Formats: sequence, structure tokens, C-alpha cells
Amino acid sequence: MALEAEEVEKIAHLARLGIDHDDIPEYARNLSDILAFVEHLNGVDTRGVEPLAHPLDAVQRLRPDEVTETDEREHFLHNATLTEAGLYLVPKVIE
Amino acid sequence: MHHKTLVELGAGLRQGEYSSEELTRACLDRAAVLDPQLNSIITLTGEQALQAARDADARIRSGEAGPLTGIPYAHKDIFCTKGVRTSCGSRMLDNFIAPYDATVTRQLNAAGAVMIGKTNMDEFAMGSSNETSFYGPVSNPWDSETVPGGSSGGSAAAVAARLVPVSTGTDTGGSIRQPAALCGITGLKPTYGRVSRYGMIAFASSLDQAGPFARTAEDAALMLGAMAGFDPRDSTSVERTVEDYTGGLGDSLEGLKIGLPNEFFGEGLDSTVAAAVEAALDEYRKLGAIITEISLPNSQLAVPTYYVVAPAECSSNLSRFDGVRFGYRATDPADLEDLYKRSRGEGFGAEVKRRIMIGTYALSAGYYDAYYLKAQQARRLIREDFIRAFEQVDVIMGPTSPSVAFRLGEKSNNPVTMYLSDIYTIAVNLAGLPGMSIPAGFATDMPVGLQLIGNYFEEARLLNAAHRYQQVTDWHERIPPGYE
Repeated sequence: MALEAEEVEKIAHLARLGIDHDDIPEYARNLSDILAFVEHLNGVDTRGVEPLAHPLDAVQRLRPDEVTETDEREHFLHNATLTEAGLYLVPKVIE
Repeated sequence: MHHKTLVELGAGLRQGEYSSEELTRACLDRAAVLDPQLNSIITLTGEQALQAARDADARIRSGEAGPLTGIPYAHKDIFCTKGVRTSCGSRMLDNFIAPYDATVTRQLNAAGAVMIGKTNMDEFAMGSSNETSFYGPVSNPWDSETVPGGSSGGSAAAVAARLVPVSTGTDTGGSIRQPAALCGITGLKPTYGRVSRYGMIAFASSLDQAGPFARTAEDAALMLGAMAGFDPRDSTSVERTVEDYTGGLGDSLEGLKIGLPNEFFGEGLDSTVAAAVEAALDEYRKLGAIITEISLPNSQLAVPTYYVVAPAECSSNLSRFDGVRFGYRATDPADLEDLYKRSRGEGFGAEVKRRIMIGTYALSAGYYDAYYLKAQQARRLIREDFIRAFEQVDVIMGPTSPSVAFRLGEKSNNPVTMYLSDIYTIAVNLAGLPGMSIPAGFATDMPVGLQLIGNYFEEARLLNAAHRYQQVTDWHERIPPGYE
């Protein structure tokens, strides 16, 4: 399936990825090539085949709902560019 | 000292021939001289390494040394290392100081291994040539104009160039085995769930698995022993005791049943690579193995299946990079959406963006069944091929890569061509099986890798098959010109 420029822009928006307008034709070409390649799967008969999500068919292990981590708030905040009063800062969302 | 294996260096340390501090200093000095041309290391951690070496020396003196105590190693920059930049080869994490250690890091520290630096890699482990790294490509020690493979290209080049005896890697579609093949060293991808993924920056969570690089199977066995194990902090870690991977090394291969998938020897395989692999198989015949042809009929589905499953998981995993809590943050955003879009747009490179977009598309409303569900069904067919094959044979063998190392820039403009360089390795990740690559000769003066694929949790059997071959061949002892 060949992707048009508008579709590339829509996918980039869904993924919250800023891409330069000038690069869109190349992304459209590359992504179309990749999709054409994966569409080889269309010819495979998979009727009745159970989808495989985990190679060992393992299921989610459960643990008791207990606090196991120590408070590392200050430590983790250190990796953010903008913080204030122990909080992460983002541009104003509500006027 | 740089020619010695981990086993030899460990003996030297315990016998007091040299200290870990001397050994570590020698590695750091060698890296300082040779790495500017290789670019295999993103961050050298000299001060910390020397401190860890002195701690190891104290441990050796008190008689508490294990096989890895005092041994220098290089760590792929995908593993979190507390207090040390963990970049994942990306501008996005160029400023990220890991606040905790990955389980693999913690276990190697506990074994007394000495990390000398963090190695270069394709950005977020997405690549087969190390060319997508924000920190620039890595040279293959055998020919500086060619790629070392990827994504763990820096870790493979550092071991091949004798900067360190061993290193770590991760393998999502071939990222340990393919660079091991292209650089002429030994690499092992364990069974999915054998090594903890905690603190290993996630790319495709149902495929990612960590493993060692070494020059010999024996060294790889010791590394795997330290890296493997159940970890309650990784929900996909398998509760199973770690075997003694060195105990069975040297066992006879008499009667070992080796299967050759005829799909691995067809069109697309370079004839000089095929010749080297055939010669390696002759050695196995001489060692008493019984070689039969087998079929993995759904092999041709592996790469297309992978390029749905891996990007889908990647688009989900990489959504955490929002410019707010850690990593790159765009300046002067107009609003929150602009902050997200520009931080991600400026922080990620082109290949990462391509994969996020493919994954986003494959998971989006109206396309999920056609792409993602279909790929998961194909994945089961691929796994069933292997299950049937292992009813007939003990080990599957074939080429690791269809060609020797290709030239820098040769495939970087064509994603699909690049993806096909992992044609023989990807199915193993989809099935979750263990796989190895070992040096098996040369084609046009460049190393060729032999791939060994085992049944679930049969790492020990693979390691012994590799070890026996290395006892009767010397390909793994060859040194790249200029690195003697």
C-alpha cells in the first residue's frame, strides 16, 4: 500500500512526531516500501491460527500489591530539564 | 595482555601475575589509542573502572574471587548504569544519567566484573550496521570502510579489536549474532526470558534479549552464567535455575544431530559465505555429528512478520519519551503538543521515526487486524516450524548473515535492503529460541559467522557445540590487521 503525504502527516500526528515538511516525500516512499514488503504476509493462510504474543506462551506473573520501591523523587526529577517544587513543568494546558 | 581470553586473564589475576587495576589500566590505555578510529565506545568510565578494579583486587586478595572478578568488560549503552550516562545511541538520551542499575549491570557488578565504558550502538537498537547511532558509525576492525553490524556494533568491534575480552549486547532480530559474525567473534542470544530485561531500554519487549560477546565459547559461557537468572522485576523473566554453562564444555559431539534448513542455503546467500559454512559443517562431521537437511517452510515470513511486530512494540515503548520527565526537551514550545512533537521529532533519528510510524500505522484503528494480528499468527507458524524441526534434530546450523560486512553507506538509504541482512537471525527471536554465532572462516578476507540455533533453554548444548569446534579450529584466534 502506497502512503500519500497526508497519510504520513496523520501517522506522524498520531505518534506525536514532528517531521520536517521537506522530509515527508522521503518518509512516504520509505514507509510505502516497508508496508509493501510486510504485505507479503497477506498471501499466507492463517485461518484458525492463534495469534502468538509471547514466544513461551507465558502469562502475566502476579505479585502481592505491596510497596517495594523507595522514594526516589528528587533523584528522578534530576533527569528532567524543567522542574519546580518537586513537579515536572509543561506549557500551560488550561487557560 | 590484550590477547588473553577471560579464562586466561582470570587465572592470571588469581595467581597474582597482575592486578585488576593494571589490567584495567591497560584496557583503558588501549582504548584511548585505538578507539578514536573505531568509535566503539560512547562513554569511557575510567575513574569508576579503576575504583571497581581496586575493589576487585581486594576481593581477589581475600580469596573471594569468582571467574569474572577483576575482568574488564564493555557494556552496551542500552543497559542502565547508575550515575553514568545511558544514551541508547540517541540524541534523545544524550543527557540521561541512569538513576538505577539494570539487573544485568547489577549482576555483573556483583560478580566483580569491571566496566570500562558504554558501547556505541544503533539508535535504540534499531539497525543492522551501527550507522543509525547519534554518535556516528563504528568501524569494523577488519576493514575500516565496512560496518561492524548492528545494533550491538560497538560491543562487537571492541572485543574484535581486543580492547576488552568480553562485552554485553542485546538481540531483538540479530543484534548480537550478526555483529559477532561480521566482526569475527563469538556472540550468544539466550532463550527469551533467560536474562532479565529490567533496566535494559526496551525496543520490542516480546523479542529483546541480552547476551554476551566474547572471543571464545568458554568465555561466553562464563559471562552468560553471570548475566542469566530469574528476576522478579522483569515480568517476562523465566523462573528457572541457571545451569552451569561451563560444566559440559568438552563433551563429545558423537551422534549430535545437526539440521540444515534448506531455506538458509538458497537464493540471497553469498557463495563465498556458503563455502565457509560448508567447510565448518565438515568439521562437525569429523567431530562425529550427523548432519541432515531439514525444512523451516515459513522462513520467508520471518522478516515481514518482524517488521510489523517490532515496530508495533517500539511505537508503544518509545511513547514514554515526551520531553518532560527525562531526555531531550525542545526549547520554547508553543504548547504541550508542540513540546511533545518537537522533542520527539528533534530527539529521534530517521530510522527510529520510521519504525514508530510503521508501528503506529499497524496498530491504528482499521489496520490492527490486517497487520498486527496477521503478523502474530504468522509468528506462531514460524515457531511451529522450529518445534517440528527440534523433534528431529538437536541443533540447527547455517549462516548467520547472507554476506560478510558490507560497506559503510551501502545500505543506509534503503531500509528494506538493510532489513534483509537479518534474514537468518530474525526467526529465532520470533520463536524465542537461543542462538549463537561463532567465527567459521573468511570470505574475501572478511570474517564469516556460523549460526547455531538450539531448542528452548539449551544454551549449554550450543556452547558445547561451539567450544568443540573452537578446539579443532583457530578462526576465533585470528586478529584483525592493525590490532595485533
